Amino acid sequence: MRIVVAMRQLADLVEELEVNDEGTDIDREFVKFVSNEWDEAALEEALTLKDELGATVTVVALDEPDVDQTLYAALAKGADRVVKLTGNDPDTWVRSRERAQRLASFLAGESFDLLLTGVQAADDLDGQLAGILGSLLEVPHAAVVVGVEGSDSKVRVIQEMGGGLLGVSELDLPAVLGIQAAKQTPRYAPISRIRQAMQTGEISEHEVELSDASAQVKVRRLYPPESTGAGATMLKGSPKEVAAEIIEIIKSKGLV
Amino acid sequence: MSVDVLVIAEAVAGEVPDVTYELLGKGRELSDGFSGELALVLAGEPSPQNLFGAADVLYSMSGMEAGYCAPQWEMSLGEVIRSAHPKVVLVSTGTVGIDLAGALATQFDGVLASYVIDAVMEGGSLVVTSQLYGGKLLSEVEIDSFPAVLSVVPGSFASDVGRVVGEPRREVIDVGGSLSSAKGIAIELREPDSSGVDITAAPLLVSVGRGIGSKENVELVAELAEAMKAPLSASRPVIDQGWLPKPHQVGKSGKKVKPTVYLAFGISGAPEHLEGMRSADVIIACNTDAKAPIFEVAHYGTTLDLFDLVPELTDQVGG
Ligand SMILES: Cc1cc2nc3c(=O)[nH]c(=O)nc-3n(C[C@H](O)[C@H](O)[C@H](O)COP(=O)(O)OP(=O)(O)OC[C@H]3O[C@@H](n4cnc5c(N)ncnc54)[C@H](O)[C@@H]3O)c2cc1C
Ligand SMILES: Nc1ncnc2c1ncn2[C@@H]1O[C@H](COP(=O)(O)O)[C@@H](O)[C@H]1O
Repeated sequence: MRIVVAMRQLADLVEELEVNDEGTDIDREFVKFVSNEWDEAALEEALTLKDELGATVTVVALDEPDVDQTLYAALAKGADRVVKLTGNDPDTWVRSRERAQRLASFLAGESFDLLLTGVQAADDLDGQLAGILGSLLEVPHAAVVVGVEGSDSKVRVIQEMGGGLLGVSELDLPAVLGIQAAKQTPRYAPISRIRQAMQTGEISEHEVELSDASAQVKVRRLYPPESTGAGATMLKGSPKEVAAEIIEIIKSKGLV
Repeated sequence: MSVDVLVIAEAVAGEVPDVTYELLGKGRELSDGFSGELALVLAGEPSPQNLFGAADVLYSMSGMEAGYCAPQWEMSLGEVIRSAHPKVVLVSTGTVGIDLAGALATQFDGVLASYVIDAVMEGGSLVVTSQLYGGKLLSEVEIDSFPAVLSVVPGSFASDVGRVVGEPRREVIDVGGSLSSAKGIAIELREPDSSGVDITAAPLLVSVGRGIGSKENVELVAELAEAMKAPLSASRPVIDQGWLPKPHQVGKSGKKVKPTVYLAFGISGAPEHLEGMRSADVIIACNTDAKAPIFEVAHYGTTLDLFDLVPELTDQVGG
């Protein structure tokens, strides 16, 4: 089985996110970029399928800040090949429609059975990648996937339908899946193995030129929700004082 | 009159979720703005008690297979969209929306906005607000080319307008014939695991998120829950890491809870978590990040470290 995993970099949500001067994007200069957590689940699912069934795993990502680190880590975890797509400006917001077009352009020259990616990314303003990519490539797709069982010509997927309900279906291959959770938590690559991958592994580069970009919404502004005026009453004081206040609130509701 | 707004009912197992009525209410407002009709599309037949009176037109997709298969839904909804050719398609950010919003927008060469929490008409344009970065930032976008697909966060709109009684015109679209060419089949729906703790009935919930850091640390919050005689609930990462079993999960793909008091420790307040608990009477959140979105819905908040606050709470409740 040939598996391609599409991964991407994303501003670390733990960080403070500032809006740029134009007010239409985050200020990308000082944020830390990390790989999208759901893409890590997609990689884990691919590596598990490789362990179970035997497969080749190719990881592909656009040129974005610190993407080399993610690609070398993927090699260290067991990916067979890692590809960086160039041609985009690494310091701007590549929206999902354009991202899908860039990936589709690379995939047109690849043969694959499964393409796995994360169910979503936190800046997916114009849609989640798996559905767009599936539609562009004209292959079946499914997202919110929590279980994948492969065979030669079909794949059985388990999707979360909300509230604990699971939907099981079978898709023809090739197929694109948006992974919500892998069978196990993503494996860890020790620093020494990543270092080794950096010395002996290779990131192959593939330039993508887009002729016509697809329709995208126009962003007027990006702003923090505080400016909407909602918000909590903040409790001040030592842990002892705040704890006492919290217990008072709970008691006032007739609880505890 | 033409159909201008089409609402997709995410009624996969027959049950119609609240969000469908929320979308109908919003859809009514938008279709009035366009001076066009509002339509709803449903897999299968509606129940006679519920004909979705807020809509002018009700499309039933007949011949659908039981269960859920994304390629079949994509094909069937595509037929309905070709027939109705709406300007705006409204779907929720549930599995159907995540699967199909992007695919349908691509197929019909339309624009798409996701994680939508508001949409209003301004002149001939749609102005849409979305939640990005796990709720840390909002974006305002302008849409002036159609069709446009909006994938809406559940709980964003009131549902009462969408619940009015009435009898829309009925259109049946038979998709049965074409489904055999879909590149997938539905196998089964598996009901939720009902064993273990029931977090939906308790008046007080002690909830823990990824901020707890490790499985061992969960014990600290478990002790507080025990002292408060409340069940322990959690956000998704705590479940996915295997730190607590699935029945403890609150949120979109977990349980919807509405306790009198919800205590949240180390939970950022991503839209998918809020979907499960935002209607709790009193929400008290502890998060070291003053800008965490949980503070937007919480009634009381503290930026103390949970590792300082939780033991103190346990002490004081016990003593
Ligand atoms: C289709 C779909 C369905 C989903 N369903 C659900 C669902 O049902 N339920 C759900 O919860 N999520 C769900 N999610 C995931 C959701 O998007 C978020 O990833 C998740 O809610 C984040 O959980 P968290 O707040 O615990 O973690 P994080 O977002 O990582 O937040 C951890 C927080 O802890 C704080 N913190 C860290 N250390 C401390 C400390 N010492 N003291 C105090 N605070 C601290 C941090 O500031 C941070 O805000 C779903 C996602 C998708 C795509
Ligand atoms: N973290 C998870 N959340 C939801 N479902 C999962 C998770 N991990 C695995 N699953 C899937 O849920 C299905 C049912 O699990 P079980 O009840 O253990 O048989 C399995 O096929 C798993 O693939």
